Amino acid sequence: MFDQNRAPIFEALQKFKEMRIVPFDVPGHKRGRGNEELTRFLGKQCMDIDVNSMKPLDNLCHPVSVIKEAEEIAAEAFGAAHAFFMVGGTTSAVQSMIMYACKSGEKIIMPRNVHRSAINALILTGAVPVYVNPDVNSQLGIALGMSPDQVEKAIEENPDAKAVLVNNPTYYGICSDLRRITELAHAKGMKVLVDEAHGTHFYFGSNFPVTAMAAGADIASVSMHKSGGSLTQSSFLLMGSNINADYMRQIINLTQTTSASYLLLSSLDISRKRLALNGREIFAKTVEYAEYARKEINGIGGYYAYSRELINGGSIYDFDISKLSVNTLPIGLAGIEVYDLLRDEYDIQIEFGDIGNILAYLSVGDRRQDVERLISALSEIKRRFGKTGTGMLTQEYINPIVADTPRKAFYADKVSLPLEETAGHICTEFVMCYPPGIPILAPGELITEDIISYIRYAKEKGCSMTGTEDINIERLNVERSND
Amino acid sequence: MELWFTERHTPNVKFSIKVDRQIYSGNSEFQRIDVFDSKEFGRFLTLDGYMMLTEKDEFIYHEMITHVPMAVHPNPKNVLVIGAGDGGVLRELTRYPTVENIDLVEIDELVVEVCKQYLPTTACRFDDPRLHIFYEDGVRFIRRCEDMYDIIIVDSTDPFGPGEGLFTKEFYGSCFKALHDDGIMVNQHESPFYAEDALAMQRSHKRIVESFPISKVYQAHIPTYPSGHWLFGFASKKYHPTNDYNGTKWSMLGLKTKYYNPRLHVGSFALPNYVEELLRDVE
Repeated sequence: MFDQNRAPIFEALQKFKEMRIVPFDVPGHKRGRGNEELTRFLGKQCMDIDVNSMKPLDNLCHPVSVIKEAEEIAAEAFGAAHAFFMVGGTTSAVQSMIMYACKSGEKIIMPRNVHRSAINALILTGAVPVYVNPDVNSQLGIALGMSPDQVEKAIEENPDAKAVLVNNPTYYGICSDLRRITELAHAKGMKVLVDEAHGTHFYFGSNFPVTAMAAGADIASVSMHKSGGSLTQSSFLLMGSNINADYMRQIINLTQTTSASYLLLSSLDISRKRLALNGREIFAKTVEYAEYARKEINGIGGYYAYSRELINGGSIYDFDISKLSVNTLPIGLAGIEVYDLLRDEYDIQIEFGDIGNILAYLSVGDRRQDVERLISALSEIKRRFGKTGTGMLTQEYINPIVADTPRKAFYADKVSLPLEETAGHICTEFVMCYPPGIPILAPGELITEDIISYIRYAKEKGCSMTGTEDINIERLNVERSND
Repeated sequence: MELWFTERHTPNVKFSIKVDRQIYSGNSEFQRIDVFDSKEFGRFLTLDGYMMLTEKDEFIYHEMITHVPMAVHPNPKNVLVIGAGDGGVLRELTRYPTVENIDLVEIDELVVEVCKQYLPTTACRFDDPRLHIFYEDGVRFIRRCEDMYDIIIVDSTDPFGPGEGLFTKEFYGSCFKALHDDGIMVNQHESPFYAEDALAMQRSHKRIVESFPISKVYQAHIPTYPSGHWLFGFASKKYHPTNDYNGTKWSMLGLKTKYYNPRLHVGSFALPNYVEELLRDVE
């Protein structure tokens, strides 16, 4: 048992400051003295600990002392056999777990509604995706979790697959049956990888859905910077006992920086300590806010702030009640329109709005009065801008037709076409709304009229579209046909 | 011994009152509450160290925030007061026999309790049978109200801390919804003088202009508030504060006031040029 009161990296940095070491190493700002404006902006404290790896502070690429110790304490806090501190976002964690499990040409079973980081990993490794099309809730227009039946079918049809990737919970808070999926995969010798970017709090609060590590999954990527309170870009990669952590470190080091930021590392260390010691109260407060807001928003009428009542035993096995996801279609406004109105009219920034839903991110850092403002602003938006809910596109998710592997398409000979002329061609790039960053089109997928009209509708409603080489999304890159 | 209460009006300006003795100090769920006695201003109340009222000059604020809308509306029966835990607005309102119902929404019950005990000058009408007190966030309360009130008086603290929500567009919009078709909303509108206060005043004015068809500003001199130059907002769905004003009718009521009178009513809407410019910038 480790003492969760410890924070070895944080402690080492404090000790290091007392040593008053003279820096003839990088970074060249030399504790901020060489960059006054930046130091005024970020503060001396910050610049003082922006230092390079050195013996008293260990080295993230090859940890032997304080970072190793911090990783061991974190592993215990998460109930994992090993944990790695990640400084390239959860994106790098997701990519590392896929690169660990699959080599070029090997299959991985995954839902299509994954974050772009997962499909990026397929381009990097050359792994072949076997997509499980998620169920869609047609009222809300959102893609759901993977049901065990679908996973079982995919496993039977692809016994040579190396891994199953589960996105759990989804951005909207929807969870799959992780335990059952893990059993099914393990029975056929497949690894279970979990993109748990939105599930840090499951490890520390009470009454949340099961965590990847508790469900017996092999690897999980956890965005400590989302609900965990650490700095943006910091993240954890968690491993069960069947994973060779030393090989994983080599995989991570293929793409990870050799100059890891101690600001990020210490923020992970301190945040883990905070959650291990006070996580229950912290997340009880978050859930209290979310439950209250849900009740009030549903009381306004029109809006639907959904929760556990959606649970269906399959594609919605569980729901994360700390999430505040609201369907806006009944008031005649797209989620993205409500998202824009909240910011432009009411000075309220929420996490995202898509075609039919908004997501407001709640945490212990919120104040009661701000939650009241959010609810009142939604009530006012309905009064001032609400319409009848007809003529709204509801479908958030279109089943893709995969024609080529992401890697082959990405590196293929390509030609740029105006959006309208792309139907029937194979796309070689991503198209997505960001956030949430789930691709509408991924490299290797066939472009259809449905997808083109979806892209047009999303643009018209003001979604922030990303991924394409053409910054205005007027043209798409497609594979050059042989004829 | 010299004991002084000091409030920073800006990072470079301080305002101090010599304190005779401290009468009360306590913390509620929302804020720190203090009551002092002083030779010059009598008893005074502060919240989180900010001056709320003194016995000597509270009449200016309370008369001006209450009688202006009450004198413009031809028949105010149902009035909502938000904030105002000190009871000053309530004291003025209860002088109108035609008022049938007063709803008072105060977020902090302890403020009312403390004022009842230590500030009888303002907290003297809490036993009026027309009064209904709701201890909750005004932003929350008003959200559920539709077409209910003739007048809403927003007696808020400053646009930071627990009163922050009372300076937002969603709140003003909710007030619009809660008023009858000829309803009036009056609010504490901050000061135009010091830069930071002026910015808050402009933000607040912009949001009200966007929410109400008629939106005017009037002023008063309040010695213990920053710069002493204070503004109120008059937002209305139908009545203009001076064109639709009948001073004679109000005088006939025979209410005795220390600050407010019909000539001052009209005059208070005449603003200095720099204030008009600040307002125009956001209209």
